[in-house]
Amino acid sequence: METTPKNISRRNFIKLSGLTGTALTLGFSFSTSANELDIWNATAAESSGVELNAWISIDTNGKVTLMNHRSEMGQGSFQSVPQMIAEELEVALDQVNIIFAPGNGRKYGSQVTGGSSTIRGSYKKLLRLGASAREMLIETAAKKWGVNKSECYAENGTVIHRASGKKFHYGELVTEAAKLEAPKDVALKNPKDYKLIRKPLPRQDTPMKVNGKAVFGLDFKLPSMLYAVVERSPRFQGKVIKWDDTETKKVPGVRHVLKVTRDEFGNMREGVAVVADNTWAAMQGRKALKIEWDDTAFPHHSTEELYTKMREQVKGEMISFRTMGNTTSAFAKAEKKVEATYETPYESHSCMEPLNCVANVTDDKIEIWGPIQGPDWIQQNICAHFKLPPEKVIVNMTFLGGGFGRKAFTDYPYEAVMISKEIKAPVQVIWTREDDMTIGPFRPGMVYQCKGAVTGNGRIGSFETKISGQNMDMQNPGADKTSYNGSDTEGFLEGYFESIPHYSFGDSPLDSPVPVMWWRSVYSSTNAFAFESFIDELAVQAAKDPIDFRRQHLGERYQLLMNKLEQVSGWKERGKNTGYGVAITECFSSIVGEVVKVSKTADGKIKIDKVWAVMDCGWYVNPDIIKAQVEGSIVMALGAATKHETTFKDGKAVERNFVEYKMPRIQDIPEIEVHIMDNEEKAGGVGEPGLPPFTPALTNAIFDLTGTRIRRLPFSLDKIG
Amino acid sequence: MASITLKLNNKNYTIEADPKMPLLWAIRDLAGLTGTKYGCGIAQCGACTVHLEGVPVRSCSVPVSSAANKNITTIEGLSTDNSTAVQRAWILEQVPQCGYCQSGQIMAASALLKRNPNPTDKDIDTAMQGHICRCGTYPRIRKAIKTAAQLMTQK
Repeated sequence: METTPKNISRRNFIKLSGLTGTALTLGFSFSTSANELDIWNATAAESSGVELNAWISIDTNGKVTLMNHRSEMGQGSFQSVPQMIAEELEVALDQVNIIFAPGNGRKYGSQVTGGSSTIRGSYKKLLRLGASAREMLIETAAKKWGVNKSECYAENGTVIHRASGKKFHYGELVTEAAKLEAPKDVALKNPKDYKLIRKPLPRQDTPMKVNGKAVFGLDFKLPSMLYAVVERSPRFQGKVIKWDDTETKKVPGVRHVLKVTRDEFGNMREGVAVVADNTWAAMQGRKALKIEWDDTAFPHHSTEELYTKMREQVKGEMISFRTMGNTTSAFAKAEKKVEATYETPYESHSCMEPLNCVANVTDDKIEIWGPIQGPDWIQQNICAHFKLPPEKVIVNMTFLGGGFGRKAFTDYPYEAVMISKEIKAPVQVIWTREDDMTIGPFRPGMVYQCKGAVTGNGRIGSFETKISGQNMDMQNPGADKTSYNGSDTEGFLEGYFESIPHYSFGDSPLDSPVPVMWWRSVYSSTNAFAFESFIDELAVQAAKDPIDFRRQHLGERYQLLMNKLEQVSGWKERGKNTGYGVAITECFSSIVGEVVKVSKTADGKIKIDKVWAVMDCGWYVNPDIIKAQVEGSIVMALGAATKHETTFKDGKAVERNFVEYKMPRIQDIPEIEVHIMDNEEKAGGVGEPGLPPFTPALTNAIFDLTGTRIRRLPFSLDKIG
Repeated sequence: MASITLKLNNKNYTIEADPKMPLLWAIRDLAGLTGTKYGCGIAQCGACTVHLEGVPVRSCSVPVSSAANKNITTIEGLSTDNSTAVQRAWILEQVPQCGYCQSGQIMAASALLKRNPNPTDKDIDTAMQGHICRCGTYPRIRKAIKTAAQLMTQK
């Protein structure tokens, strides 16, 4: 099968996908009713003037082309999107060619690959799309044979007449099928009959990721393309006063030096770009550059200052987000109560592929190629800045060498476009590792103050959390800074809201020039540490087993997950000299429970022996991809809990490369066992929800083993009392 | 600037380069082979690993002049058809997620298995600890190295 991502013009889907002659092409168009998408046959749509996005096409050779509208950054949508459509279409995956859709929010709906939303956001319509094509092919075959549709079925790219065994290959049917209207209603397959969905099918992008053929953003090249690196203000909002490029221009291969800006949440940041014949020459030229910055207009924070402010703020007034009852009086009256403050660090995304983007600005259009999580946002951003209609701004997605939220941001393509426009040549802008790690945006550091009470019968009587940290939504110019953070409860189990009589969640946003952005699992990645550590502290007050303590508050779906977790981890049989910790969180419509087992080594260090994870993401596509995502989420959480953080000194990020920002490595990784719940719940997210429970499960396990409660991240496993 | 001959995957490339240019950028920008990745530029992450006369090196930290006329193997030169034991094992165990670091991981694992066809967990830790994977595919890398070792015995 061919799976090389092609960069295609949205108008030429059929031509460029290599389809021959007539093809049956189905797609969606936005109907007048808000979110519901109608399925259209492309021929019919053309004659009625409806603009379509084409998702699926079958040509007269029976070749199937599917368009993937979401980024592939490791999470597996390159596999799972076609796996869904092929299931209902009744074709094998090796009959399918997959191409990336270019950025166009009007056509594809949101393409921002974030919030673990690819499958949960679109699975029903993708299934319907495959089923519609299948039904049109069956209808065509039945007509040709002069039999009833119900006597025929589809299998492996053919339609078969049950009684006679007669067969038509899909390719033989498309010319006639293309004349039919897409059916209004189609029956979807019973999950019991799935052949592809829920099977651990190998990913189609794996072969090209083991031989260097997969094209990431940094690998994309245009003829006569130049290479640029940018010296950006080391303090976040610095302005260029002047620069001296005398030495830079002496570096062989350097072609241009120019001032550039970068659109960071609507605020223009400044830098000086060095453009050269190759990356190395550009880097050498940049080293020789002397720039004078004006950074007097904003505070130069240090980590200590930021946390001192947050610690003060959690003691003050909150903007209330979600409350029930009266936590103040419930807490005052309670006999058994706990108060605790938890702190989580700023973090860098540090995708292995540093930020980069290729731009080519010509007289009539702007075209960009890069590792992009939000192609539709970027298209809108470029259109607005350069005053062009969407058809003149083409955003092409390559494979992403990691994304984790950072590559959903629109700053780096804007900068590349600006340089290409100025120098009138195609250019690739490369961020060095140091740029990628120090410029941001970062995961915001947070402080949580929790107060809770336990009732006489050992249940949670009251639960209050006051949060301080930067609110990502407040960075845009004109943002309402008096509004609550709607993500204050992310990571908290919905079930608790039904069973805790008094609760209160509110925040006091921190104002700082440090730019912040989504980081895998977003607020859940930090909230969950506070929530699930605090639940554990309440369980200790109640003198109850941590799983039993949680169980009494939660409904059936959670109970099933907890039962499974208890069983697979051997929770009830846990031995002496080991520590076990549990945490259960909810993130992007999936519930994940994890148990961590720890022990002490002969030299007194903590060793993580094993992690068990149970994922309940409802309806799902590929169990092996889910397991891989949970494994990866746990490794990423382990890094943020025990290895790295971004700190600030005098207004600059301190950690610049992997020497200071230490990553988990192969010898740090415990055995990880992942289980998936089988149920008929709605599809939830997969790429992120495995991350939040790991850290509290680990620190709860360390408490179980040592009696030491860890309330600030990161901490060293080598130095626990 | 100097004229330098690079022997990449048994093919000669004559390039004009600053002798101090790291081999990584010569391979990527001048020879046009992009399977070898830039990750950190300071030999901390392993993404740029290639074999220089059969030995794994960090191409970001080797000046191109010192690699002139020596045999260099990049990920593209391992096989033309994903047929090496390591590549087959990487597919069997479904190792890659984003895949960006995997060229370097595979080059390191190939070199490890060449000198030690039956590595222990400890051997794997030692050989692979210089390689960062932000997606966290480490458990599968370990498993795939063991699978590759088995595949090698079946030949």
